[in-house]
Amino acid sequence: MELNARAPAGPIENRWSDHRFQSKLVNPANRRKYRVIVVGSGLAGGAAAATFGEMGYNVSCFCYQDSPRRAHSIAAQGGINAAKNYQNDGDSTHRLFYDTVKGGDFRARESNVYRLAELSVNIIDQCVAQGVPFAREYSGLLANRSFGGAQVARTFYARGQTGQQLLLGAYQALERQIDVGTVEMHPRTEMLDLIVIDGRARGIVVRDLVTGKVSAHIGDVVVLCSGGYGNVFYLSTNAKGCNTTATWRSHRRGALFANPCYTQIHPTCIPQSGDYQSKLTLMSESLRNDGRVWVPKNAAACSKDPASIPESERDYYLERLYPSFGNLVPRDIASRRAKDMCDEGRGVGPDVAGVRRGVYLDFGDAIKRLGRPVVVERYDNLFQMYERITGENPYDVPMRMYPAIHYTMGGLWVDYDLQSTVPGLFVGGEANFSDHGANRLGASALMQGLADGYFILPVTVSNFLASQKASMVDENHVAVRQTVAEVEERINRLLSIKGKRTPDSFHRELGALVWDQCGMARTEAGLNLALQKIPALREEFWSNLAVPGTGQELNQSLERAGRVADFLEFSELMCRDALHRNESAGGHFREEFQTDDGEAKRNDEEFSYVAAWEYTGDVSRPKLNKEPLTFEYVHPSQRSYK
Amino acid sequence: MSRTMNLVLNVWRQKSAGARGQFVRYEAKNVSDHMSFLEMLDVVNEELSAKGEEPIAFDHDCREGICGACGVVIDGVPHGPNGGTTTCQLHMRSFKEGDELTIEPWRAAAFPVVRDLVVDRSALDRIVQAGGYISLRTGSAPEANSLPVAKIASDSAFDAATCIGCGACVAACPNASAALFTAAKISHLALLPQGEPERQDRARKMVGQMDAERFGHCTSHGECEAACPKGISIGFIAKMNRELLSAMATAPNEVPARK
Repeated sequence: MELNARAPAGPIENRWSDHRFQSKLVNPANRRKYRVIVVGSGLAGGAAAATFGEMGYNVSCFCYQDSPRRAHSIAAQGGINAAKNYQNDGDSTHRLFYDTVKGGDFRARESNVYRLAELSVNIIDQCVAQGVPFAREYSGLLANRSFGGAQVARTFYARGQTGQQLLLGAYQALERQIDVGTVEMHPRTEMLDLIVIDGRARGIVVRDLVTGKVSAHIGDVVVLCSGGYGNVFYLSTNAKGCNTTATWRSHRRGALFANPCYTQIHPTCIPQSGDYQSKLTLMSESLRNDGRVWVPKNAAACSKDPASIPESERDYYLERLYPSFGNLVPRDIASRRAKDMCDEGRGVGPDVAGVRRGVYLDFGDAIKRLGRPVVVERYDNLFQMYERITGENPYDVPMRMYPAIHYTMGGLWVDYDLQSTVPGLFVGGEANFSDHGANRLGASALMQGLADGYFILPVTVSNFLASQKASMVDENHVAVRQTVAEVEERINRLLSIKGKRTPDSFHRELGALVWDQCGMARTEAGLNLALQKIPALREEFWSNLAVPGTGQELNQSLERAGRVADFLEFSELMCRDALHRNESAGGHFREEFQTDDGEAKRNDEEFSYVAAWEYTGDVSRPKLNKEPLTFEYVHPSQRSYK
Repeated sequence: MSRTMNLVLNVWRQKSAGARGQFVRYEAKNVSDHMSFLEMLDVVNEELSAKGEEPIAFDHDCREGICGACGVVIDGVPHGPNGGTTTCQLHMRSFKEGDELTIEPWRAAAFPVVRDLVVDRSALDRIVQAGGYISLRTGSAPEANSLPVAKIASDSAFDAATCIGCGACVAACPNASAALFTAAKISHLALLPQGEPERQDRARKMVGQMDAERFGHCTSHGECEAACPKGISIGFIAKMNRELLSAMATAPNEVPARK
């Protein structure tokens, strides 16, 4: 399949504005003739649905939760980047663009990233005008902070709840459109398939999660903003309901899936405490500004009270290995080293299945150096969250941390218009393979979701609609009825197996497998092992799954079963992608491809492309399509933090 | 270091919205004190599934106290005994061996039960639909720093805006009033200059919608603030009352009851 990114030519700073001028418009009086379907109500979906509604389109918006305000965007803590340069420290659109391309380890499209940096300033304007209570200076003007070791302070924040406030801004705009009548909201409704007719996306099939009713919703265009696939690892910082069903089902209907192996791991999360653990909680990266990371030098000391371990027996390993960056090395590096320490048997904390998975993040020195009141002011809400979960007081004992899956850079392939390889199917937010390349910078996910939802999709979807007559497919069209029948058949299959294992039990096993073999550090042997075990697990799933109850009611086991079934297919693609990419780049680390000092070693000659996988009908035999990447403005270099 | 305990749970089971419900007794064995309350329910559910029984349905999502999806009444207290926490952030170290817990959904006429511990809170969304927003079109915003906002106003606005929409305030209130929820949103936007042009209309319409949803009236018990996971102050209810009074002074007959 030929992959055309359709990125405009010309000087990069003009590409988006030129493209906007070239994009066709739909006359305001004609917009109400079109129906736009939006799946997901997070930053990308909520912003898009609200904006389409404001423009006068008829919108149908879907989410699986009981209210659009529950989308997982709400949990983001740290902040949102924008190139306002309010701090007068040298920031600019070009610098943010440059930092993002480099941070993505030179695996993103320059045009898309530049546009993101350009739109970042508009996002802040929009959010402030909506009443988002960003932090302010005493002048009354907006405050900024540093984030993720960047050299400029470009992050706007609302205490430790920036995601919540940004989402509520979009949610409120969405609720206004629901009230006005432009948006029909369908909460507790899950998309289970895409309707494709004559090669074009014409609607979705959904299940009402309360009544169980399966139905088709027809539209002129479908916009997926259904989030990322981090939950394939079972333990992640995702919400429990997060899933890859909307994107995976669309992939099976023709949308190529790009770079699934690019997953991001966040180094500071509260560790697993038992095998009943349901998710991992993120602790903001800002903690690494003052905390010191260490493990005992001797494995025997790991079960002891940390206060009894003298300084000389503590291994401050990040400070030892990276003298200049110390505790502030980038996320992927800090994460891998934490894993190394635990693999060597020097992890701390509770023993889970024979291994202690945790490292200390110690504020003892910070309290001595800065005094307790300063530490309270900077970190108190995070310390309280930690204590609530672990029962330990970080003022008295070191915090225990372990890396966890947090974000996924891979997703459905899209062109410059955010359109997938299925005409009429657009993808926004974490669901698309987007602008982050192989590694996402801190405080940039919020930026991308809102750029896609408020500013890009309204232009590009309008351009698409302007060249289509507003003609809704009949609900009785054979392809519609066929897709609905396939969804119902699948549900019946899940219910009729009547085996012995619950969906959660399969999910846990799959999660542990992909975490071990396709997590922080990957090997050819490990990935091949995963590629043997996943199909076997999938086969067992379809013969031994136990789902109580029926489909005609609220049935959370059935919901989970469907999502796990899709993870059991998707995970194979993710491992296959990781196996084929014989290099290390960003969040994808292959042990066979590292520099002498253990850093990721890219192979630009052979792998400077987007791997876009095509479903062939056989989950185990996807077809690879390559979109070559060229860098005209930012020259690829090796990242080093010594 | 960690201990385990055996508990008895009396859980509200109700097959569907119109069905009769009842309490059913379950035993939760070998519960680790590190588990969260919802993880404990997960384990109970896995055991029920293994026996071919239907698991207990409950809403949850983020499991980190910010989405507002989760929430049950534990021994009469929404989100359990600790205060300032959501059900997903309540850990079993707050309980002890032999405890017998009563677990129910939020109880309010405005929150009909859907199934077991799951309730319908769409009334809260409808209150926001009535005016909990600033009527701005995407793309029309002025430059972000063109309107300074005093730090003290912005900080207070945040204290109100931090509401997670869980509904514990309604569940805690003897009158099932949604005053704290509605007041939080009205106050957030009333404290900011961006909210000024629609301030009075907003108060009128949101209070009108709240009343139309069959929530009870606030009679200043203060139970809401005590149950609120984000510690939102009832001072905001006083503020809402002032906003409404001021709105009624300019247009006395316009407190519309909407849908």
